[in-house]
Amino acid sequence: MEKTKTLEQIQQDAFHPIRTHRFAGKLWIRFLVLLVVLGVFSYVTQLRDGLGITAMRDYSAWGLYIGHFVFLVAVSLVGALVTAILKLLNISWATPVTRIAEMISIAAVMFAAITIVVDMGRPDRVHHVIVHARLQSPIFWDVFVINTYLVISVLLLYIPMIPDLAMMRDRLTDVPAWQRKMYRMLALNWKGTKEQWSTLKKTIKVLLILVLPVAFAIHTVTSWLFAVTHRTGWDSTIFGPYFVSGAFVVGVAAVIVAMYVFRKAYKIQNYLTIHQFNMMGKLLALVSIIYLYFNLNEYLVPWYTEKLLDMAHLKELFIGHEAPLFWGSLVIGMILPIVLLLFRRMRAPRPLFFIAIAVVLGAWVKRMLIVIPTQFHPHLPIQNVPDEFMTYVPTWHEIAVTGLTVAGVFMVITILARIFPVFPIWEVAEEHGVPQDELHKNE
Amino acid sequence: MSKKERKSPEESPSRRAFLKKMGLAAGAVAMAGGGLGLARALAGDGKTGEQVRVMTTDGKVVAVDSSAIAERTASEMASEGREGLRGKKFVMVIDLSRCRNARKCMLACQDHHELRPEQHHINVLTMQDSPQTAPYHMPKPCFHCDNPPCTKVCPVDATYKRQDGIVLIDNERCIGCRFCIAGCPYSARVFHWHHPLKNSPEERARPYDVEANVPQRLGTITKCLFSADKVRLGELPSCVSACPNGVFYFGDVNEDAVTNGTTKQTVRFSELIRDNHGYTYFEDLGTLPQVFYLPPKNRVFPFEESSEETIEE
Repeated sequence: MEKTKTLEQIQQDAFHPIRTHRFAGKLWIRFLVLLVVLGVFSYVTQLRDGLGITAMRDYSAWGLYIGHFVFLVAVSLVGALVTAILKLLNISWATPVTRIAEMISIAAVMFAAITIVVDMGRPDRVHHVIVHARLQSPIFWDVFVINTYLVISVLLLYIPMIPDLAMMRDRLTDVPAWQRKMYRMLALNWKGTKEQWSTLKKTIKVLLILVLPVAFAIHTVTSWLFAVTHRTGWDSTIFGPYFVSGAFVVGVAAVIVAMYVFRKAYKIQNYLTIHQFNMMGKLLALVSIIYLYFNLNEYLVPWYTEKLLDMAHLKELFIGHEAPLFWGSLVIGMILPIVLLLFRRMRAPRPLFFIAIAVVLGAWVKRMLIVIPTQFHPHLPIQNVPDEFMTYVPTWHEIAVTGLTVAGVFMVITILARIFPVFPIWEVAEEHGVPQDELHKNE
Repeated sequence: MSKKERKSPEESPSRRAFLKKMGLAAGAVAMAGGGLGLARALAGDGKTGEQVRVMTTDGKVVAVDSSAIAERTASEMASEGREGLRGKKFVMVIDLSRCRNARKCMLACQDHHELRPEQHHINVLTMQDSPQTAPYHMPKPCFHCDNPPCTKVCPVDATYKRQDGIVLIDNERCIGCRFCIAGCPYSARVFHWHHPLKNSPEERARPYDVEANVPQRLGTITKCLFSADKVRLGELPSCVSACPNGVFYFGDVNEDAVTNGTTKQTVRFSELIRDNHGYTYFEDLGTLPQVFYLPPKNRVFPFEESSEETIEE
């Protein structure tokens, strides 16, 4: 990275997207609002008529919603990976990426929580989870850890942003009054004194360490929703690390997609440089290889031992109905990306962007394949139920409600990126050699 | 709730003995006019003079003053439904050699618990363990496991195991997460994807009886309850008494006595299991099922694939 930019230039580049909104951006928001409206309509229908409007039935009792929930939890883990792990390892190229990662984390974990409520048969009783809480149930741990992770993620977005907020309070005077007021309040009277800096850096360090066990817990507990049952395909001891490693894959890919979009839309190619993409590409290859290793264990060992139910389940995936999705997600979403990412040319922004999209889509399909097909292989045969109980193809209502949560994630990221700088100004300035006491010198 | 079936006068002595043993001999059990079901006797002096005919636990119809009758309130039903019957431990034995797929158990159950046609608390499965072995019919209720994986995963204690061994559901607490469906290895649980069968405002307004899980509610779980409401009255579960072929035995393992629902013979549970090589299903899962099967050997009739007609009737 060329380190010649002045603080002034960095600020101008970071403030530009906050000052001016382009037409494409407005169109994008309208599109998201449309998706939300459709989703709300379908959800109201679901509230009135029950979960029967979905394709879920007594055997496939969990479907699109739960698969999507697992996906969102997986995406949300990236905040912990990029911000915490890379920062604690003092990896400096990741600095401009941290804020994007945090924004994605917050949006994903928020809508993971919402998706769970959407899946409930009685959302009017959601408070029962607290009032009648039972420690034995992984759902209680899940609720607990998701909320904890959300709080820590918000703090991890906010607290390192305080110096930036102070800059915005002082320099960004040409935005609406409510926005100026918000920056003033959020900046917490930051003046950039030595004492404030030392408190800030200590707090960030504590949060970085704190978020790690919570992040591992959130996805391990999510995997235990499945692993603690007696079901074939779920009854696995490696589900925790299998899920966590898969989460890092989809999270890194999601950040790459967002990096590329922001780079183009916000013209910040001097901050999210080819170097950042190259390194993120390498990181994606690394986490994908780890995930592939877990996949090997998860599928090949039961294939070898040939237990009847396991075989029925695996045949369905390998050569049965689900084979196109299974091999598609495995080859296009994992193996092919690993091979391609070995080449430097493929780690350039545009090819990497397309590879990352394939990884994200493959990961989404993979979550569905983990959640849904196994339910059709219970210990006792499925008999005396209507044909619709034997298959699962999501209904339009279900898809619309899921679309709502997808749109919601994009909406939160878009809004956050429009009122806050998408890369940390002070940290980037420090990398460019701006001394700490000059960051707020004009007060 | 439908009126309780009247005991036939020619009950065998063993049946009566069983009822006495099981029954809560708390006096009269009322069949109050509106059929709001379970009632209990109250000791009171303020008589109204109005006489009500009620049936006692041993099948006699007697007239009592209406002041002596009170309906069980919803909160009483709820707290009693959580505790269960003191000193009891219920088991079911299913004799596979006798099941000819009449499916009367399924219909009686659906009627009692107000289920939709596709909802089965008890399901008669056609089983064949391997290509060399003979096929057989297997009625499959909830196994009321002593180590139930379903209650373990419930986040709100909506499904729970009582001291008498029965696993129940509180559909006023259930949040509809369906974790218990995932947790149950025996596919015993059913969800209300659609509005329940009886869903008029009056039907919905009935006080909730947790022991029959009636009225059923949208977005909650239901499953086999061993007809806990009938068992409280000293009656046999609906499926057990509906069977025309003598498949089901039901009783109290503490007394080592189970009663056949068709013949009303009461036999020793331990002898029945020992002499016929009784077993439980997937006992290696560690769930400790409390429904025992007698193997389908020496069948009293040949196996027939049931036609749709036999299912309908």
